This record gives sequence, structure tokens and C-alpha cells, in this order.
Amino acid sequence: MKVRFFELAVGVFVLLGIGALFYLAVQVSNVTDYHDRDTYTVTGYFDNIGGLKTRAPVTVSGVRIGRVADIRYDPERFRAEVTLAIRSEHDYLPMDTQAAIHTAGLLGEQYIALEPGGDYETLQDGDELMFTQSALVLENLIGRFMTNMGSD
Amino acid sequence: MTDAIASLGRTTINALVVFGRAFVFLMRVLASLDIVIRRFGLTLAQVYSVGVRSLLIIIVSGLFVGMVLGYQGYITLVNFGAAEALGGVVALSLVRELGPVVTALLFAGRAGSALTAELGLMKTTEQLSAMEMMAVNPYRRIFAPRFVAGFLSMPLLAAIFSAVGVMGGYLVGVGLLGVDSGAYFSQMQSVTDWNEDVLSGVIKSIVFGFVVTWIAVFQGFNAQPTSEGISRATTQTVVVASLAVLGLDFILTGLMFGAG
Repeated sequence: MKVRFFELAVGVFVLLGIGALFYLAVQVSNVTDYHDRDTYTVTGYFDNIGGLKTRAPVTVSGVRIGRVADIRYDPERFRAEVTLAIRSEHDYLPMDTQAAIHTAGLLGEQYIALEPGGDYETLQDGDELMFTQSALVLENLIGRFMTNMGSD
Repeated sequence: MTDAIASLGRTTINALVVFGRAFVFLMRVLASLDIVIRRFGLTLAQVYSVGVRSLLIIIVSGLFVGMVLGYQGYITLVNFGAAEALGGVVALSLVRELGPVVTALLFAGRAGSALTAELGLMKTTEQLSAMEMMAVNPYRRIFAPRFVAGFLSMPLLAAIFSAVGVMGGYLVGVGLLGVDSGAYFSQMQSVTDWNEDVLSGVIKSIVFGFVVTWIAVFQGFNAQPTSEGISRATTQTVVVASLAVLGLDFILTGLMFGAG
């Protein structure tokens, strides 16, 4: 009888521990978000990606549809090559979709905002985005503002 | 002058001897781990006394640490108009640092000291020698199950601590201070990463469990067989294990998050 109680208590303990891990996975870290298994990738070339990082969200009208899978520098085009992994169910994006790097809030994280164009053909796996818009670099803006002030 | 140098040398040699014995002890325990599978009941009983009976202190501490984090985080964040970021602050500090570290410290105090005292008394009353006389290997019968039990319990306890802490932060942040409930969790989910944050916390707690249990069991094994010796060994367990946890935490944090 005593052994049975041990076993029961230990079983409850292990279940609690695993339940806590599960809670951390689902509720705290939302593990499902990072395992978008069915995705297709498109690449975009940006002049300047600012502080964009891999895993950053990719959104359309603010709705998250994928993430940044890879960032590298293309030495032939002298531009940054950003690979976007977009969930397969979002297969309706036109060929002339524009990608822009935005910042969430003034100091927030950077993400990619897609703006669908009007083309009838849709983006397929491995396609390249035609239009990109670089990140706003605050220093450049301030610099331009200062030189404009000086010329007045 | 020579005396001072000689005593320094003696202290160093003694420390090295203890360290070497601890290592040999660990190897012998690891070599007799098959008992865990063969007689699982022994380990189960130890998981009960080490893990299950630490639950209360872990849950209560986790809840209060989470609630305090909720308060302090809110007070700081509201200055920047970023009270919504509270969920992320609470979850990250719990999952990455406080969960594993505080659990390990509590574990050393609650379970480690009990292990040392128990084993020290066994040694003092010559139960260990008696076992050897009866051809029962104390490494298999006594040490290995305790070691595995501590090693298994720590990550579970740390996970429970973090989960309860997140709920504590929720109670204070959302229930008391009026942070939006949806924002609390969505902010948490957007900053907390499974691999980078939760799993590295779990790895930390596994390492801490290993080290704390090793120190506790070895201190009991190595205790002077007197009542004073047991008391010294128990103190040593808590002090050494706590220092080891804090030192290792610094190293592990540097390895896991430093390079990022």
C-alpha cells in the first residue's frame, strides 16, 4: 500500500513537471509559431536591412504570415539577400508584391511588411520579390534633416 | 615563512584530494547506474522524497517570485509606457534565470541537505559498512538511486517553478495592476523562444540538478563519522552547492546567451 502511494505521488509529480514544460511551450513560448512546417520561400534584395534579424515576422496588412528564414550578403549584387518563409496557405500573393522593412513602434523590433500588387500571377517557391524598400535608418534621416537645415 | 607556504601547499593538496575523491565517487556511481533500471522502485522512492516533497516550497516560491516580478516589472515599465511588455519581462527572467537558479538553490537547501544528513548518519552508524559486509554494494543500493532521483527531479521542479511564476506574474499584472490579459500573453509569446529561452533554461536546470545532487551525495559519503561531522557536511552541501550553482550559472549564461 505504501509503495502504491509513492508510485502515485511520483506519477503526479512527473505529470506536473511535464505539464509545466508543456505550458511553457504552448502558452509562454508559443512553440507552434516557430514550426511552420509547410512554407514556401521567396527572396528579396534590400539596399539596407537596418536591424532586421532572422525569425522576424513577415506580415501582410499587419497579419503575420511567415518569418525571415535567412539573411546574407550577396557579393555580386552588393545588396542584402533576405529569404522569407511564408506559410503555404498564403499562396495568393501577386508577383509584384512589394516588401518593406518596418519598425514596430519607435524603438521596436523590425519586421517585413508585404504589400500585394495587382498582378494575376502569384508568387511561387523560389521567386524573387521585384520591389523592395529598405529600412529607415534614423541616422541618415537626421543627417539629411541637418543638411537641409544648413542650406536654408 | 616556510610554514606559511607549506600550509598553503597542504590546503591545496587536501582540496585536490577531496576533488579527486568526489570524481572517483561520481564515476563509481555512474558505473552502477544499471540498478536504476533493474530495481526502479528504489529510485521511485527517492524521487518521492527528493522531488515530490520539494513541490510545496517550489510552488509557493515560484508563485511569490512571479508576483514580485509582476510588481517590480510593472513599476519600471510603466515609466516608459510599456506596461504591456510585462509578460515578456516576467517570462524571460523566469525561464532563463530565476527558474533554474532559484529552484537549484531551494533544492540544495531542501533536498540536498536532507540527502547529506541521511547518508552521513548512515555512514556514522556504520550502515554502509554493514551493507558491504552483507555483500550489498552501497553504490548500487544507496547512492545511484539517490543520484538519479535528484538529477531527474531538478528539471521538472524548475519547469514547475517557471510555469507557476508566470501565473503569479499574471495574477499581479493582470489581476491587480490592470495590464491587458491578451497583451500579457501575446507579448510573452513574441519574445520567448522555445529553443533559445525555454530549452536553455531546461539545460541549465539539468546541469544544476547533476551538480547539486553530486555534491549532496558526496558530502554525505565523505562526512566525518561524528555528529559534528554530519552537521559540517550538511552545511558544506548547502554552501558549496549554492556557490557552484551561481558560478555555473554565470558560465552557462555566457555560453548560451553571450555569443548571440
